[in-house]
Amino acid sequence: MFIKDELVGQVKAELDKMTNPVKLVFFTQEVECQYCREMRLLLEELVPLSGKLTLEVNDFILNKEKVEKYKIDKIPALVVEGNKDYGIRFYGIPVGYEFTSLVEACLMASTGESGLQPESKNALKQLNKPLQIKVFITLTCPYCPQAVQLAHQVAVENELVTSEMIEAAEFPPVAAKYGVMAVPKTVINETLIIEGALPEKEFIERIISSQTSNQP
Amino acid sequence: MPLNLKDLGIHLAPEGRKNIPDPTVLYDLIIIGGGPAGMTAAVYASRKRFRALLIAKDLGGQVLWTSDIENYMGYQYITGQELSKKFGEQMEANPIDMQMPDEVEMLKVEPGQIFRVKTKNKKEFTAKSVVIASGKRYRSLGVPGEREFLGKGVAYCATCDAPLFAGKDVAVIGGGNSALTAVNDLLKVANQVKLVNIMPNLQGDAVLVEKARDPRVELFLGWETVAIKGLDKVEAIQIINRKNKESRELKVQGVFIEIGLEPNSEFAKGVLLLNEHYEIIVDCSCRTSVIGIFAAGDVTNVQEKQIIVAAGDGAKASLAAYSYILNRGA
Repeated sequence: MFIKDELVGQVKAELDKMTNPVKLVFFTQEVECQYCREMRLLLEELVPLSGKLTLEVNDFILNKEKVEKYKIDKIPALVVEGNKDYGIRFYGIPVGYEFTSLVEACLMASTGESGLQPESKNALKQLNKPLQIKVFITLTCPYCPQAVQLAHQVAVENELVTSEMIEAAEFPPVAAKYGVMAVPKTVINETLIIEGALPEKEFIERIISSQTSNQP
Repeated sequence: MPLNLKDLGIHLAPEGRKNIPDPTVLYDLIIIGGGPAGMTAAVYASRKRFRALLIAKDLGGQVLWTSDIENYMGYQYITGQELSKKFGEQMEANPIDMQMPDEVEMLKVEPGQIFRVKTKNKKEFTAKSVVIASGKRYRSLGVPGEREFLGKGVAYCATCDAPLFAGKDVAVIGGGNSALTAVNDLLKVANQVKLVNIMPNLQGDAVLVEKARDPRVELFLGWETVAIKGLDKVEAIQIINRKNKESRELKVQGVFIEIGLEPNSEFAKGVLLLNEHYEIIVDCSCRTSVIGIFAAGDVTNVQEKQIIVAAGDGAKASLAAYSYILNRGA
């Protein structure tokens, strides 16, 4: 059991703030997946805590159509989908510190409200090309949820943006590919690298300047 | 070695109630910092019905990354996250405005003893009084390679980054409680841990010293770390024996720097009197050298850096600000 009795009330109270239904689209497989089973159990504990949450379980091997639709490339994977797919992804199990990010993602996908500052929302309107944010984390990192949640907020705010939480210890080859030796580490469009958690304003500035400086 | 997920449990961030801050208001009190001192000050300010604002990077401060706490009264044992969460809940029951996550970059005294703060997110707020509870942060070693290899093998948060060093050889620099805790965290995943301390002994609590006695831990006591080396990531550290000046190179893929803390007092430089460690000098009522500005917790020159002391001083500072405002009038 992940969500202990004494926390159930608190999680419920958070989820009560949901306005529209949210579908948790989960990708898993039976074998060769370290935490697929545990992540499914976590989601099965979470879903009953709100009448607005539903769970859809997809087999990563068998359900190619869905895998392609959501562009899933590793498992366990979770899409938090509201009225539309905002681009919120979790690769690896969001327990430990990241459970908060999962609850926050449900709220955002439900309300469609990113909660970003008005000036950040304005600045993000300048984006004109797709932006993919990867945030590498570990489950024992107290600074990481700030980076994950900020990236997810940006994804909710602008439909050109997708935001992935990636639990580094669960995907060693991916972590090695991106040279993840400290977390949180954020990789934007495979090129811009941010070590550590940035405040909102600074993060938005880095995103915007990465796009404008790339323009021909 | 996979993590035991069940032990990890789940964690809900201590959120506090996020009342929207108002830059047009002249606050009674601005509290800088969200650790035990700042959070306690916030609860007291709320109960005095102060128009108060808390500016913080997070709620919990250093407590957030303290794993086990056994000396906070009322709890024989509690984790840092749980205690922060309980503090957060108490703040939620006693809400004030919150500007978070953000950090204060500038503090200015204006005519009429009005205080203006500017934040990293370029917000400005004014108040009639201030409680500074901005705490401390990790100190850096200041050797070649340290900055260059940040995120490439140099790490400051062992609980965060230990899982990324599974099966690797690592060094921990330091000899106090945080260094020994890092050794403990790393022993769970790493191959070999080299503990390098500039002092000839370990300063940490006996309990932690005992836990660090492990065949996989090699001690280098009285050795100074002078350089961190590698090509595109850490490959070795250079250490020198303080007594006989012998120099050695230790092959490691990670370096965890755990040599204590320094105060977050930059914004107070030139405004308040600081001591030689850049801590804010306070009297026993948490008053600083400027009337109307109070300080509490680890950022001050109070000797005991303890959660319970910081929390107590946070209460004192908030109450001192309250009586200051009452006597100030208007």
